[in-house]
Amino acid sequence: QEAAKYEKKVMVLDFVMPTPLGNSWGLGGTCVNVGCIPKKLMHQAALLGQALQDSRKYGWQFTEEVKHNWMTMTESVQNYIGSLNWGYRVSLREKNVTYENAYGEFVGPHTVKATNKRGVEKLYTAERFLIATGERPRYLGIPGDKEYCISSDDLFSLPYCPGKTLVVGASYVALECAGFLAGLGLDVTVMVRSILLRGFDQDIANKIGEYMEEHGIKFIREFVPIKVEQIEEGTPGRLKVTAKSTTGNQITEGEYNTVLVAIGRDACTRKIGLDKVGVKINEKTGKIPVNDEEQTNVPYIYAVGDILQDKLELTPVAIQAARLLVQRLYGGATSKCDYVNVPTTVFTPLEYGACGYSEEAAVQKFGEENIEVYHSHFWPLEWTVPSRDNNKCYAKIICNIQDNERVIGFHVLGPNAGEITQGFAAAMRCGLTKEQLDSTIGIHPVCAEVCT
Amino acid sequence: GKNEYDLLVIGGGSGGLACAKEAAQFGRKVAVLDYVEPSPQGTKWGLGGTCVNVGCIPKKLMHQAALLGSALKDAQHYGWNIAQPVHHTWSVMAQAVQNYVKSLNWGHRVQLQDKKVKYFNMKGSFSDPHTICGLTKAGKETVVTAENIVIATGGRPKYPTHIAGALEYGITSDDLFWLKESPGKTSLVYHPFILHLYGIIVYISLTDASPDVSLECAGFLTGLGLDTTVMMRSIPLRGFDQVSTQMASLVTEHMESYGTKFLKKCFPTKVEKLESNRLQVTWKNTDLGTEETDSFNTVMWAVGRAPDTETLNLETVGVKTNSETGKIIVDASEATSVPHIYAVGDITEGRPELTPTAIAAGKLLARRLFGESSELMDYDNVPTTVFTPLEYGCVGLSEEAAVQCYGSDNIEVYHAYYKPLEFTVAERDATQCYMKMVCLREREQRILGLHFIGPNAGEVIQGFALGIKCGATYPQLMKTIGIHPTCAEEITKLHITKRSGLDATVTGC
Repeated sequence: QEAAKYEKKVMVLDFVMPTPLGNSWGLGGTCVNVGCIPKKLMHQAALLGQALQDSRKYGWQFTEEVKHNWMTMTESVQNYIGSLNWGYRVSLREKNVTYENAYGEFVGPHTVKATNKRGVEKLYTAERFLIATGERPRYLGIPGDKEYCISSDDLFSLPYCPGKTLVVGASYVALECAGFLAGLGLDVTVMVRSILLRGFDQDIANKIGEYMEEHGIKFIREFVPIKVEQIEEGTPGRLKVTAKSTTGNQITEGEYNTVLVAIGRDACTRKIGLDKVGVKINEKTGKIPVNDEEQTNVPYIYAVGDILQDKLELTPVAIQAARLLVQRLYGGATSKCDYVNVPTTVFTPLEYGACGYSEEAAVQKFGEENIEVYHSHFWPLEWTVPSRDNNKCYAKIICNIQDNERVIGFHVLGPNAGEITQGFAAAMRCGLTKEQLDSTIGIHPVCAEVCT
Repeated sequence: GKNEYDLLVIGGGSGGLACAKEAAQFGRKVAVLDYVEPSPQGTKWGLGGTCVNVGCIPKKLMHQAALLGSALKDAQHYGWNIAQPVHHTWSVMAQAVQNYVKSLNWGHRVQLQDKKVKYFNMKGSFSDPHTICGLTKAGKETVVTAENIVIATGGRPKYPTHIAGALEYGITSDDLFWLKESPGKTSLVYHPFILHLYGIIVYISLTDASPDVSLECAGFLTGLGLDTTVMMRSIPLRGFDQVSTQMASLVTEHMESYGTKFLKKCFPTKVEKLESNRLQVTWKNTDLGTEETDSFNTVMWAVGRAPDTETLNLETVGVKTNSETGKIIVDASEATSVPHIYAVGDITEGRPELTPTAIAAGKLLARRLFGESSELMDYDNVPTTVFTPLEYGCVGLSEEAAVQCYGSDNIEVYHAYYKPLEFTVAERDATQCYMKMVCLREREQRILGLHFIGPNAGEVIQGFALGIKCGATYPQLMKTIGIHPTCAEEITKLHITKRSGLDATVTGC
């Protein structure tokens, strides 16, 4: 869309390979269809379940039994996604961007072959190419995984309630999904191989896990599934999962209606003909290394988004990188995407917003004696009346003593963490120091003021 | 002779307690006097001041109760099956809120004890610059002397006493949060609740933003299912034109679509009690030139607050007050016209009427007096939030103030209408969800003010307030990557200017 602004002749090829269970979706990518958007909406549905409970303490009265209807929610969510798919198609059309629903792969220099759903092939040539094919969920590689397990690619449009669910994995995807499924009233177990939220601040990761456990989500730690068998067909059916301990020879078995695999995502770079044009990829991860201008080793081929090596897998980062790239290519701009201090939020039942260094990373980079960690538990005012946990919400700020106590890490665990963190990320970009933090007046009474 | 205390604080509210506790940290001998004169309706409360008892805390809790009412409606769209009808019981909420407030009163008393601050439940007045005469409820007198005295008695709601029946029959925010029974009814019979606003709109302002009590109360009362009307005499003073009342009108527009009734350009002339115990209000409609009446369960006045200085005996010691407002005049170090007498919080002239500023000012004052600090309070760029049904958070200058200060040619206003993701499935109207950023136009494009209307406005604005304190510029904000999906991220994507006249609606993901 950005390139079209410069009156360039632009084409977009988008194609969704169906999931093992046959699921597919429209234009917009992971975020819109099977990521951020449906995730946040279902998270919201779960939060509303909690709100219902709170509301009784605030004087609202309604029947004791409140049940959740999965189909009602999923239909609404899918309708909204459908409107976004449509919106993108209209937008591309209005901007004169040619869109083809076809699978693209390089066949030679400056040439791409596009194959549509019906197998019809077309060839296209272009001066420049941008690879933005993203990723898809990884499977376990054990008997029964692709036949019986679902992934996040299937969950958000599942035409039946998943029922008793085993979530395999400890990524943010795993924990967010486990979180909202439990919030909707389902029996949820999470099977974790080693640690939670690898790469995130572990102190906070553990608090998140604790909170989830205290709120009814079961955790099976240090186990990996070795086979999945079907006991009974159905929507949902019944599955038997056999798992082995990572620390010994113990075997454990469990029965579930649904097994959701969320152990990671793999870049879609292996089957798009990159070898035909000489684009180097990391053989192990499949990711594409680029320079700081998103250029691959082939000068006329660029890449953005989740497929990039050593970059964050986030929608806003992908959008920013792509826009700036186009502005540099066609608009004479020089700004490069700044990948430092990119804020994120994990939408687990207790949300976690972060920007900058985790405590471990800060210690590693600067040395323990050179950093100062300020922290505080807080009790959101809204949680007082319904007597919700008073020692779970938490905020932590990491400062670099050697640099005027500059804030290099911001972490908040609590409601609306994303809304809170956004502004702090902006402030960190402006070189926020502890002193400035101290001298800023808080808004009262909100959670965010605990940080000032 | 020697003074008994190093510091005596009159007023146990946000500012007073913060100051006292900070001073005690330095090992000083500190005492606090706190006393609550019952409201005309007889309402009184414990230690903690306005914020804790009849301000921020109960207000936000009742606002939350109302928001939960909306959540119940949303929940159905998200698949939760809730049998209708759903209704709200005021007394359950009120008791929960009041219990929580009482726990805070208790908490404050314990804290003072822990920090060895002496607490007197007495009404204080000056005998001389170092002597306070304290009077208990029972009429017993105690004399206390101190080296330094801090006045932090705050304010109380005003009554429009020229309106017949106002004092006898009306309540104020002092009473609303302590009502045991609902101020109105939700039956099919017409039992509305009226809120009167006289000549003031307090939405936004320049650097001394104050929360608009009346709209917040009307908002949550509506949300709880009560029939609520807001009467107002005029649109905001100070000659604001439409552009700068923009945020105010968006907020009230939302309230109107939310169900609050507005009687604009009207002012009441009398309030009478009917046999049924309902209240009859007579008012003049200045637009139509007519006189109208109607009856209500409750009449609540929200016509501003008056500083609580009357019984202090300030004249005896010569502490100067502003002749118009009655507030105590202080300098940048919170000092009054009399040496060793200081003032913090709502009682001080020209300061925002906010808890966090009072607390900060109180703390810094204690540090300057006893901690060898010289840091003065910075009242610039204080962020605030109005907790109306659709919240409004802001920091820095309003558009109008910026124009006045720099000239419209020298400022750029970026704005956007957005839709919170959570509103989509809930089929909620996002017409008034809006944000604008006022920047200097020249090279650096420093951000002068940020305004946001939407859910969780306070949470959104807080971090950006920090940014503004660090001198954030528009380019810096644009380089900040957004968190997706949130409402706050839209701030980092603001790019349509008012000047361009282009459609400012955010589309798509």
